[in-house]
Amino acid sequence: MSSIIGPASFEFFGIFPAAILSFILPVVGVGLFAYIMARRLAPLVRAAPDYRLDHIGRRIQKLIVIWLGQIRQPRYMLAGVLHIVIFAGFLILSIRSVSLVVIGLSDGFVMPGFGGWPGVVYNILKDYAATFVLIACIIAGIRRGVFKPARYAVPEKYGKDHTAEAVFVLGIIATLMISESLFEASELAYALKETGDAHFVAPLTLVWFFKILLSGASFDFLQGLHIFSYFLHDVTFFFFLCFLPLGKHFHVITSFFNVFFMRLDKGKIKPVRHGVTAEQLDDLESFGVKKLEDFTWKHMLDFYSCADCGRCSDQCPANAVGRPLSPRFISIKARDLMFKNYPLSGEIYKSKMLVEDIYTEDEIWSCTTCGACEEECPLAIEYIDKMVDLRRGMVDEGMVPQSLQKPLKALEKRGNPYGKMEKKRADWALEKEFKAAYTIKDLGKDAADTLYFVDSITSYDDNIQEIARHTAVILQQAGVDFGILGKEEKDSGNEVLRFGEEMLYQDLKEQNTQAILDTGVKQIVTADPHAYNALKNDYTGLPPVRHISQVVAEKITSGALSLKPCLDPDKVYVYHDPCYLGRHNGVYDDPRQALDAIEGLTRVEMEKSRDRSFCCGGGGLMLFYEPEEDTRMGVLRVNMAAEAGANVIVTACPFCLVNIQDAIKVAGKEGEMEALDFTELIVRHLR
Amino acid sequence: MEILVCVKRVPDTAENEFELNSAGNDLDRDDLVYSVNEWDNYAVEEAIQIVDNVGGSVTVVTVGDDESEEVLRREMAMGANNGVLLSDDAFEGSDGKGIAAILKAEIEKGRYDLILTGAQADEGAGQVGGMLAAMLDYPYASLVNKIEAVDDATIKVGREIEGGNQEMNEIQLPCVLSIQTGINEPRYVGIRGIRKVASVDIPVKGAGDLGIDAATVGDAGAKTKRVDYFVPDLGEGAEMLEGSTDEIIEKLIEKLKAKGGL
Repeated sequence: MSSIIGPASFEFFGIFPAAILSFILPVVGVGLFAYIMARRLAPLVRAAPDYRLDHIGRRIQKLIVIWLGQIRQPRYMLAGVLHIVIFAGFLILSIRSVSLVVIGLSDGFVMPGFGGWPGVVYNILKDYAATFVLIACIIAGIRRGVFKPARYAVPEKYGKDHTAEAVFVLGIIATLMISESLFEASELAYALKETGDAHFVAPLTLVWFFKILLSGASFDFLQGLHIFSYFLHDVTFFFFLCFLPLGKHFHVITSFFNVFFMRLDKGKIKPVRHGVTAEQLDDLESFGVKKLEDFTWKHMLDFYSCADCGRCSDQCPANAVGRPLSPRFISIKARDLMFKNYPLSGEIYKSKMLVEDIYTEDEIWSCTTCGACEEECPLAIEYIDKMVDLRRGMVDEGMVPQSLQKPLKALEKRGNPYGKMEKKRADWALEKEFKAAYTIKDLGKDAADTLYFVDSITSYDDNIQEIARHTAVILQQAGVDFGILGKEEKDSGNEVLRFGEEMLYQDLKEQNTQAILDTGVKQIVTADPHAYNALKNDYTGLPPVRHISQVVAEKITSGALSLKPCLDPDKVYVYHDPCYLGRHNGVYDDPRQALDAIEGLTRVEMEKSRDRSFCCGGGGLMLFYEPEEDTRMGVLRVNMAAEAGANVIVTACPFCLVNIQDAIKVAGKEGEMEALDFTELIVRHLR
Repeated sequence: MEILVCVKRVPDTAENEFELNSAGNDLDRDDLVYSVNEWDNYAVEEAIQIVDNVGGSVTVVTVGDDESEEVLRREMAMGANNGVLLSDDAFEGSDGKGIAAILKAEIEKGRYDLILTGAQADEGAGQVGGMLAAMLDYPYASLVNKIEAVDDATIKVGREIEGGNQEMNEIQLPCVLSIQTGINEPRYVGIRGIRKVASVDIPVKGAGDLGIDAATVGDAGAKTKRVDYFVPDLGEGAEMLEGSTDEIIEKLIEKLKAKGGL
């Protein structure tokens, strides 16, 4: 081996042992880091409870796929690949970084298990890792600093631009990579010069380049560089460690935990307070999130974990139409507040009402709970539960827009948001032609195997009632023995829950659950994805629930239903995934399979489809809300369908139908485009 | 400031489809849902906001039967501090003057700086506020859409005048104001809020408690009586279009086209 002096034995000016510095740096670095982390944990300790230790197996699986596997990263290809390179590099180099710290105290230290050939393999691996990380940092730096992709921009109302921090951190990482490689290259160059011992170095790595570059340097220079690069690495490393919890790079530390503790059950809403049953709700002093500490510790961890990548807001339909909501800033604003109220030193400040202090009422009401943000977040940050919790707080304080007060009151009095009479709930079955051909069983009087849960919009909206009749025709044709609840049915309450009116939702749920269990049905079918979601995910103790598209797909496969060739083979169809069928419940293939069973039907896909589907504008109470916006979500969606070359938009949700029908008119595409419910298309093609 | 707000339980216009009863002298009330009169709700919100700013308390009062208690609870869930139910068999069938007389008796039992009523209720007469002010010999402003507290003795009230003009008046306390909708944005009252005040005691006062001669109120004392209630016959040139919304629209367009309107 060479006779270059390592940092453990080196003495500055021949007297001061460098090992003292190598000892002080980690002690100070780790000590400071521990202190910062303790301060950062302070708000989490005061937060609301959250149960996240269930389903350990599934959590480990998520950790492997989302955290270690970075599965969501390539959804944005360039940024994603760059991140994967840096992330993988960090994992590989973490071992090297730790052993470097020890090398400062003991020359030539080798991590246990890294002697012999594993050490050789690891060395090659880490040299390439460092090289690729540096390349990724340079590309990322150019991308952030020069090209500035739009999704990183910070609108003025949300504070200052974050580019400087991003580029600074890329600089730190680059410094780590370069100093680590110089440390090694200087030693190798020294050895080569002294003994002619040409150690193997992985070609084209940083170390390889530096070694060539340093081949002409003097012994003194190499010795100096060796020690300098060591301490540059050491200082940068501990500076970076302590810098992480101060900003968006906190995710380097928190991501592991954030993904492990992520929300597992899609389509479900968290209880008002973990550990408090529905029966005990009346005893709670306050509902929902009003102040910072009302968030659960996991939701606070989410705020810490946000990497500010802007993917959530890039996918958010509310943000796209200019509503005053950008999910990214729900996190960033809360994190800024946490940093402000829980400073690194000194007293902790009392938090004010969040809606007023950092959020606005319209911001919180703007969310359609479509879930696009959560589907996208590489760190598995959740938003829907936070929106619901904030709304629960606003409802508790009486802060509900007038446009929503009327339907909520109607739901309380009549069980539907329109304020229509309960006894008219089954009037859709009284349409002349339909009544002549079909009789719908009222499960209050007759028994049946299956319940068709109609829900409010399909029961009462003149145009949407068609969906009820089509669903009934399909079920009849498929030989399903079914009936309805009639006036006993109340609104499913999917949006009542999601708009924060918990007690009203509990009432609706109780009434529906009782009515359904009284009928003794063995299964439930609905054509409304919002009802489907509520009954399947929010309610408990009900028979299995299926969406009509699942029934149709199954009956086509079994041969119980058969479809004619396409009646309009010249038209181009596109299927729009309703949020509550697709993203929240994973039903993507059944409706497509049913459409494809129509021979000669031309079907295209929109760029944003399946789990990246774009919300039509929202259902349930969202139909009543009057948002500030530049355009309608539906209009953007209709344009996407037109771009895909479609002229018929097929959807499987009454709210999507309403929104898209309206949007076609607003977009001035009447005559060019049409919206069609899944059930109507199927009924038209029934043999 | 001590504020009293007079409220009424009425059939909810948003959540009902009105039909006449078989006798033809009233609505068919079997299937109706009730709520607090919309104007009154604005008045209560305004009272709460005033008290939030200058202190004091808000009392809500209604003349009605046992079921009227629910509207008092709803307004108390909103933030009113006290509720009083004025209920007596003798009050049944009161006309506007009778109601005003009953309210006056209750108001004289307390010390209120400001008395608010809704501008009108379900029957659209809009008379109780004015009569009440006259009986109490208090100043009165109707259709108020703005209130600013000035000092202990006066407030400023705004009224919207036809044509979109706004007028501001100084008025001396105590006074009676009838409140127009739109003066504020009433807060939401959820089931949870109502449950929180479910067990709060609401005193019920009858004619005896108020010292009212039963013969001067109710049916007995009413000097106006409703004798008929009907949907007017179709007049000359009027036609009701029937069918679903789409059919109605189609027919309307046809008619407009036929008459050269389109």
